[in-house]
Amino acid sequence: MIPLENAVFGADPWWIVLIKVVLLFVILLVWTIFNVWYERRLVAKMQHRLGPIMNPTWAGGLGQAMADGAKLLLKEDFRPDNTDKVVFNLAPVLTGVAAFTSWSVIPFGGEVTMFGHQTHLQLTDLPVAVLFILASASIGIYGIVLAGWASNSTYSLLGGLRSSAQMISYEVAMGLSLVAVFLFAGSMSTSQIVTAQASPLMIGSFNTHLPGWYALLLFPSFIIYAIAMVGETNRAPFDLPECESELVSGYITEYSGFRYATYFLAEYINMATVSAVATTLFLGGYRAPWPFNLVHVLDNGWIGIVWFLLKVQLLISVFVWLRGTLPRFRYDQFMDLGWKWLIPISLVWLLLVATLKSAQSFHWFRSPVFLGILGVIIVVLVASLFLPSKEEPYEIPDDEEVFDAFAGGYPVPPMPGQRLPEMAGVVRSTADHSPPQAADSSFDETGADS
Amino acid sequence: MTAMLIPLLVPLVGAQQVAFWILAPVMVLAALGVVFSRKAVHSALSLALVMVSLAVQYAALDAPFLFVAQIVVYTGAILMLFLFVVMLVGVDVSDSIIETIKHHWIASVLGALGLVILLIAGVGRAIIGSSAGLAGATSAAGGNVPALAERIFTRWVFPFEATSALLITAALAAMVLAHGENLFPKVRQKEALQQRMRDFVSDGAHLGPLPSSGVFARTNSISAPALLPDGSVADSSVSKTLLARGAIVDAGELKAPTHAVYAEIQQAAAEAEEALS
Repeated sequence: MIPLENAVFGADPWWIVLIKVVLLFVILLVWTIFNVWYERRLVAKMQHRLGPIMNPTWAGGLGQAMADGAKLLLKEDFRPDNTDKVVFNLAPVLTGVAAFTSWSVIPFGGEVTMFGHQTHLQLTDLPVAVLFILASASIGIYGIVLAGWASNSTYSLLGGLRSSAQMISYEVAMGLSLVAVFLFAGSMSTSQIVTAQASPLMIGSFNTHLPGWYALLLFPSFIIYAIAMVGETNRAPFDLPECESELVSGYITEYSGFRYATYFLAEYINMATVSAVATTLFLGGYRAPWPFNLVHVLDNGWIGIVWFLLKVQLLISVFVWLRGTLPRFRYDQFMDLGWKWLIPISLVWLLLVATLKSAQSFHWFRSPVFLGILGVIIVVLVASLFLPSKEEPYEIPDDEEVFDAFAGGYPVPPMPGQRLPEMAGVVRSTADHSPPQAADSSFDETGADS
Repeated sequence: MTAMLIPLLVPLVGAQQVAFWILAPVMVLAALGVVFSRKAVHSALSLALVMVSLAVQYAALDAPFLFVAQIVVYTGAILMLFLFVVMLVGVDVSDSIIETIKHHWIASVLGALGLVILLIAGVGRAIIGSSAGLAGATSAAGGNVPALAERIFTRWVFPFEATSALLITAALAAMVLAHGENLFPKVRQKEALQQRMRDFVSDGAHLGPLPSSGVFARTNSISAPALLPDGSVADSSVSKTLLARGAIVDAGELKAPTHAVYAEIQQAAAEAEEALS
């Protein structure tokens, strides 16, 4: 057996593998520097400011990202007293290595000719490539937990624990959303999933020429994956492991210099990794989107890299958008979302998908029983449209108690259903049936503690 | 050309042998590390290294699904929980040697014996019996993963489901054992706020947040107490934890340098006035 043989593609000569490894490494490093700059510029645009503008005449201030990177590498790499030396040094390496590893199975493009050799623009592929990405993510989390423990600081420990709890909770939902893709593609290999999405969507016998992306076919899975991937990368609004208002900066509180840079690098690579997985599994991978997929030249060979990078960069922009828009979740709300919403919804959805798949393969759709059930469902749905809605309009209580603002001996605002004494004689407009929300919504039953 | 060179350079050695001879010593060393490490976290890390090396062995032996499952299940989930326990319980806790369940050791010995018999039977069958080979076992189902899935979900589906029922039972039992009833009703934000209001009405207790620590000329550390207008220490500005540890700095000590400088200045001023008059 030749050591470099590949279960999916067959053998590549060793020098092609070497070229791919070096290219992958360089692309990820350069892309990270670009992404740091891109994120700061984009979030600045969203907030009506300029962002990093060092030397703005050259590349829009991209020099600042490079200067920041160089500064981080040259800074004093400080290790506090009473930290565990071995683990403290090992932790960032683990996270960094895992971040790079998962890119080995991500397809950048289809089959091309490289120096006279037919090869795929993908370092390697496995029959279980997507699971491999999940596995390297679970190795990467070790670095975070160990950093939390080795730093000998309460903030770090809490950050590390939060991170791993977050990871465990959201990886379940993420895995379940991926299972639907496996069912549809009939494979767990990344290149085969991309190929499976390339065939056009057919409605009956009508060819829409739209590529059959799983983001369309399996829309709920895509949404669940999109939420879980933000939770998985510890990014806003789920950046609880390093939230500065509670934990200084969580597991990286005690880190500086090169070791800090490794975590920084890993965070940005992970953001690109989950975006690349979303691209590959749900957005057609390196294949061209509609209408470019109709032109054969634009959907072939090396052009694939352009489509792939564009799609991933678009998803990274969504990450930035979220960061610029949403406030951070509270920890228990975050766990509620994961365990009480995402996981049950994915389970039910997965059951539906599996039923659909077996219905297709056993031809249940052609049986009269199925048509009968379908007819009943349609009749019930149509009937429910014509039934009067049960929602009662809000009625203004006539006998609202007049409230005493100094009843307890100290001033308080009115509760819902209470009325200020000076408003006691005023007749309300009957045009507005909605409850008076704006003034006192923060004092109703749920407002105070939710 | 290179494909021809590699067998020439390494005669009769495949990737599996190379992987084995590199990983086996690492695994043995790491396994020794599990037993001999002084810190529990180092033991857990060595165990993780053994698990990952084992996974790589599976990969070299053309078992990709087992490779990934080994990492996700053992290295990822189980070892993470183990680390949690170690980190939270602490490394100083010594094992209790008192039997909490009577004649517990008999069950342990029986369990260990059963495991040994199972291992001997399994390994012995693999050594003595004739094997179908990897291709023979997987090609009928169309690959490694479908072949495994077919085995698990057709022939071995009942043992598989029984195992999952066992795991769920264990998880439920753990939850029941760990569950505790609240002795007092849970105080949420709203109730806490109302309590503060009642305290204010009845005792005139301060409604706002606690005062922050003191800011002096030479320190603004959290261990420095804040001073009230009359110069006395505001007790509520001092963290109770720090007080219990004895880490609170004395206010007089903090004020001393300022007082000394003031005294000096006043003395100098008095002397200057004396000299003028």
